Amino acid sequence: MPELLEPVILGQGAPGRRGVAIPEAAVPAPSLSEVLPAAMLRREAPALPQQSELEVVRHYLRLSQLNHAIDKGFYPLGSCTMKYNPKVNEWVARLDGLANIHPYQPESQLQGALEIMYDLQQWLCAITGLERCSLQPAAGAHGELTGILMIKAYHQHRDDAKRTRVLVPDSAHGTNPATAAVAGFEVVTVASDSRGLVDLADLKAKLDDRVAALMLTNPNTLGLFEEDILEIQEAVHAAGGLLYYDGANFNAILGTVRPGDMGFDVVHLNLHKTFSTPHGGGGPGSGPVVVGKALEPFLPVPIVARDASGNYRLDANRPLTIGRVKAFLGNFGMHVRAYAYILAHGADGLAQVSRDAVLNANYLKAQLKEPFEMPHAQPCMHEFVMSGSRQKAKGCNTLLLGKRLIDYGIHPPTIYFPLIVPEAMMIEPTETESKETLDRFVSAMHNIAREVEETPAVVQQAPHTTPIKRVDEVLAARKPVLRWRA
Amino acid sequence: MIRFATSHEYARKEGDRFRVGITPFASEQLGDVVYVELPKVGRAYAAGEEFGVVESVKAVSSLYMPVAGTVVEVNDPVVQDPGLLNTDPMDRGWMVVIESADPSAYDALLTEDAYQTEIASH
Repeated sequence: MPELLEPVILGQGAPGRRGVAIPEAAVPAPSLSEVLPAAMLRREAPALPQQSELEVVRHYLRLSQLNHAIDKGFYPLGSCTMKYNPKVNEWVARLDGLANIHPYQPESQLQGALEIMYDLQQWLCAITGLERCSLQPAAGAHGELTGILMIKAYHQHRDDAKRTRVLVPDSAHGTNPATAAVAGFEVVTVASDSRGLVDLADLKAKLDDRVAALMLTNPNTLGLFEEDILEIQEAVHAAGGLLYYDGANFNAILGTVRPGDMGFDVVHLNLHKTFSTPHGGGGPGSGPVVVGKALEPFLPVPIVARDASGNYRLDANRPLTIGRVKAFLGNFGMHVRAYAYILAHGADGLAQVSRDAVLNANYLKAQLKEPFEMPHAQPCMHEFVMSGSRQKAKGCNTLLLGKRLIDYGIHPPTIYFPLIVPEAMMIEPTETESKETLDRFVSAMHNIAREVEETPAVVQQAPHTTPIKRVDEVLAARKPVLRWRA
Repeated sequence: MIRFATSHEYARKEGDRFRVGITPFASEQLGDVVYVELPKVGRAYAAGEEFGVVESVKAVSSLYMPVAGTVVEVNDPVVQDPGLLNTDPMDRGWMVVIESADPSAYDALLTEDAYQTEIASH
């Protein structure tokens, strides 16, 4: 029986084994106690593994093969936009002049990097239909927090202290209420109606002079476009509130519809979703915020500006700023990749991205409407939510369907979210998958549905092909063991 | 005497007190509960106000007070062993006991039959 699991690297190898043997120095080396204060010295050397280069290479290659990644297989994880990350972007980000610079260098030596950031800021403004951009936030939820803190500063600046509430639809990502709560707001939930969209009557009933903002994802987490958005934005603004656009689903409207035109005051974008920078175990993320006129004075500092002579500089002289939200200028390597992605596609190419993403999702939705339950039958945007309730009634709930999909070499979709659909499976294929890949997924899902009818035990005991069959998530959460060695 | 909220909490009337927990339907929907956060004794709540949180392997959900009142007892065993919410939500898995000066909300809650009809539509 071959070893399926890779052992932990600690404790492997042998004392004295090295990747590279460094020749003995011609001059005597000082002992550590001569150059470092005694209090800073370890009493004994750390128990680091000692291995050859080949052993280390094999260890990490094997680990990577036990993992699932977009480079290895289909990854229809709803709401996460697991699209392919073009390799040319990795090459660009590793160019010497971009990879080997330091934020403490003088601005005069960083003009190229600053130009990239400036252009990216401008492009994201054009793409969202808004005025000004900060690239600082490290990821989506960080962008949300930055946006909501700006909204808070806006109301405070107007001496409008009674606005203590943030409205969030019941279909929202969990980060929305979490963000509002962390920023000190009371979260008020707005109901969805039978269409799966914001219930306008409920929204209007909750709008008053205590509301600071409505946070909205459009299309929402059901993959449905909020068609009443213009009426929604009028109502929120008339009540004195602002509109926050969660860019998690921006891949559905990229290049076609702009949040600024829908009346949003602030947007965060996930470069690691829509703009194809690495995502999920790789990263890091990047969550730029883009604002309209009302919130521009409150942007984090510094932002990249261009002066009349065409020089780029960091502008920190913004008196109403909420301050700095991240060390230096954010995850610059991600800005470079997104810059390359936008440049490679151009405006028409970006619009084609969202058209193909929407087409792929609708194709899958049509192919899966039997034998699965589709709670919202209308055409979807870039993703859709179906229910495993028919299969659950036969003893195989959504969790089991997801586990079985692993045996087909496919990453399970997002499950049990959004909460308003029982036994939810949220499927987002993205635009980068071929029809053949989509068809393989459809065929896997149909096979699994047949197995639920004919051989349910196969599904109930899945996965069968992974080195670890089933992780005990309950025990892991109730009695977490966080150290490798007790 | 027991009544139910549409948010799936129950209130069991015990004299002028109410014993509050979540229904088997809620517990089944949540899946395995791994964490429960309950208030301290002495804390007062309006009807419908959030009084705690349950976290399962699927989701984190808020708990809403079915009747206005002040917490007089908290079920510590359920905090220590959240699995009680899955195995015995109606009995050993109770959450808090409240004393109510204004039990008016109780009469507006669902009867057992009405609650069964409500969840059958899910």
